[in-house]
Amino acid sequence: MPMLEVFQLKKYFATQKAVDDISFTVEKGTIFGLLGPNGAGKTTLIRMITGIFYPDEGNILLNGKKFNPEEDASRIGYMPEERGLYKKMKIGEQAIYLARLKGLSKAEALSRVKEWFTRFEMQSWWNKKIEDLSKGMAQKLQFVITVLHEPELIILDEPFSGLDPINANLIKEEIFRLAEKGSSVIFSTHRMEQVEEICDHIILINKGQKILDGTIATVKQQFKENLFRITALPLPENISSSLFDLLSKKDHTLTLRIKDGHSPNEVLGYFIDRQSNISEFMELLPSLNEIFIRLVEGTSVSRQFQNIQS
Amino acid sequence: MKKIVLIIRREYITRVRNKTFLLSTFLLPIMIVLLISGTVVLALKGKTTHHIAVLDQNGYFKDYLRSDSTIIFDFTPGIDSLNYADKNCTAVLIIPVLKEGQKTICRLKYKKQLGLSNIDDLEKRISSAITDHLIYSKTNLTRNRLDSIRAASDIAELKTFSDEGKNSRASSQGLSYGIGYACGFLIYLLTFIYGAAVMRGVMEEKTSRVAEVIVSSVKPFPLMLGKIIGIGAVGLTQFLLWIGLIVLLAGVAQAFIPHELLNEVNHMQQANAMAGASAVQTSEAARQIFEVKQSIANANWGVIIGCFIYYFLGGYLFYASLFAAVGSVVNEDPQEAQSLLLPISMPIIFSFIIMSIAAQDPGGSLSVWASMIPFSSPIVMMARIPYGVPGSVPYWQLFLSMGLLAAGFLFTTWMAGKIYRTGILLYGKKPSWKTMWKWAWRKQ
Repeated sequence: MPMLEVFQLKKYFATQKAVDDISFTVEKGTIFGLLGPNGAGKTTLIRMITGIFYPDEGNILLNGKKFNPEEDASRIGYMPEERGLYKKMKIGEQAIYLARLKGLSKAEALSRVKEWFTRFEMQSWWNKKIEDLSKGMAQKLQFVITVLHEPELIILDEPFSGLDPINANLIKEEIFRLAEKGSSVIFSTHRMEQVEEICDHIILINKGQKILDGTIATVKQQFKENLFRITALPLPENISSSLFDLLSKKDHTLTLRIKDGHSPNEVLGYFIDRQSNISEFMELLPSLNEIFIRLVEGTSVSRQFQNIQS
Repeated sequence: MKKIVLIIRREYITRVRNKTFLLSTFLLPIMIVLLISGTVVLALKGKTTHHIAVLDQNGYFKDYLRSDSTIIFDFTPGIDSLNYADKNCTAVLIIPVLKEGQKTICRLKYKKQLGLSNIDDLEKRISSAITDHLIYSKTNLTRNRLDSIRAASDIAELKTFSDEGKNSRASSQGLSYGIGYACGFLIYLLTFIYGAAVMRGVMEEKTSRVAEVIVSSVKPFPLMLGKIIGIGAVGLTQFLLWIGLIVLLAGVAQAFIPHELLNEVNHMQQANAMAGASAVQTSEAARQIFEVKQSIANANWGVIIGCFIYYFLGGYLFYASLFAAVGSVVNEDPQEAQSLLLPISMPIIFSFIIMSIAAQDPGGSLSVWASMIPFSSPIVMMARIPYGVPGSVPYWQLFLSMGLLAAGFLFTTWMAGKIYRTGILLYGKKPSWKTMWKWAWRKQ
């Protein structure tokens, strides 16, 4: 049974269709990428899943049951893009307070906070205030607070922004560990290389609508252009064939597009027949970054305001 | 429910532990005492003696105008309206020839303002000088005779008692006024102080973006309610500490009264307790202390403090949610808060103005109406209550006012909660009144 199911979710604001008929499914124990350009409606979508907003239409199911913001708050951990903590409250107290708001008992909250602070080497922060922390430190704290109550669904909005590589790695390892323990993670970002590295499944939304849905591998397959790279020695004199188009040539490496109806084996045969020793032959799959740009580009970059009759 | 308790606890503890809370709790009463005693001292010291030159064209005022420590009349010949300042006079009074039964204007020219009460006083002295003159010139009464009649007739002393059915209790109009005014003023002050604290708290949560984190575990409405109740509890704590402090200070003050004086006071109290208290030989100081003690003992403190707590909390709850709504819609810019606060502070300031009228005229129709309407009732009603319940304020008025206030704060909290819910997560442009009005009435 999927951890989270979202059906035909809609949320219209006065001047925008922020989320317009989006459905998707997040499986248990997976890391799910929610991608989209600025203003695509990601935050609104997340706010509906966390129970901050009511959807205008559509359903959200958590573990197969209808999502109830009051009761299910403790099953969700949400780290918003704009970090927020009380500036003047001591860090230890603050972590315990926020954990108890999620429904932990006092003793439980205390032991969990201690455990996480030890793991992240933050024990000395206990009596400090947020004002005393650097941006990266505050980020780490915010992450700890998000996952403290061991939520089944963790929603992270740009979790790595402002972190140095070491701390980013620390958090990344934690995300993998939490997913392994069975939590589902929704991961919202613009940074495609992180998505490729971390996520199992992605959706891309633009202008409030879902325009892409699938695992990273299937998405790449879907958008592949039959591009291949071949390195061979010596190269034939005149390279031209009805099998492929030659796109570029650099030293002994060629980039080709195989024409429809032909297979890579035929192309390999072509070179073998011409006495070339092939040292490398691989398919060039598009990066998520390229797919993202291709899908989003051409649509006007910033969303336009429109009047919604409702 | 458990979560709202957590929120209340946090709001309460973080504020009570704060140094400013301790400072304001202990400094405010001291400052008020200093302010009152300061103004009294200044008022006493500021009493200057006015020398007034008199240009009398009737010729008899010299005998009848009475000089005393505040006004000294100067009839030295040769003073006129041009050189009076050189002769050490602050003003010159020009009395033209007076005809009986005909209003005549006497002019007072001054270099230095005399003040309103002195002018009133001056007019009275002129009138009584004319009266005296007429009595002597028209009758055979001698001056000595008239003075002795005056002295012998100045014997009636008015004491007021509020009628409470079977028994009546001594009351003091002055004390009722003082308590009423002080209570009204205190509620006015506290509403602003704690209302602003609620607004700042909401703004802090919004600008530090912690609201979004919290709203993912608690609905906005309990978050707002928790903050309001927590801060209200801080206010109540502070009020109770003040009462304790005042009782303590009064005890300390008593310790400074000389022992013999206190004995006399006790003696008077015992004499008073016996029916038909006859005159006991006492000193003036003892008499004054006795009267203050007596009138303080006569005020109905149970009702006053009980009502004060109710109206303080009611008024605070009525306005706090509005302050919270304002805090939720503004962004970092304090200017925005200023303009949005205006419609909230106007009724509070108006209530204060009406209160100062109601403290003098507790039965007037303006006072009665204003003490019913929840916008002004917390401040205005507290000015009326010290005059006596159910004497000046009938029970039906008190209970109606309390009921309306409770209904009022439920309504404002409900309405403000809807604005708050939307505003707290909205960043960017400040919404217009029209948009906020829409939020307030939207369903869900």
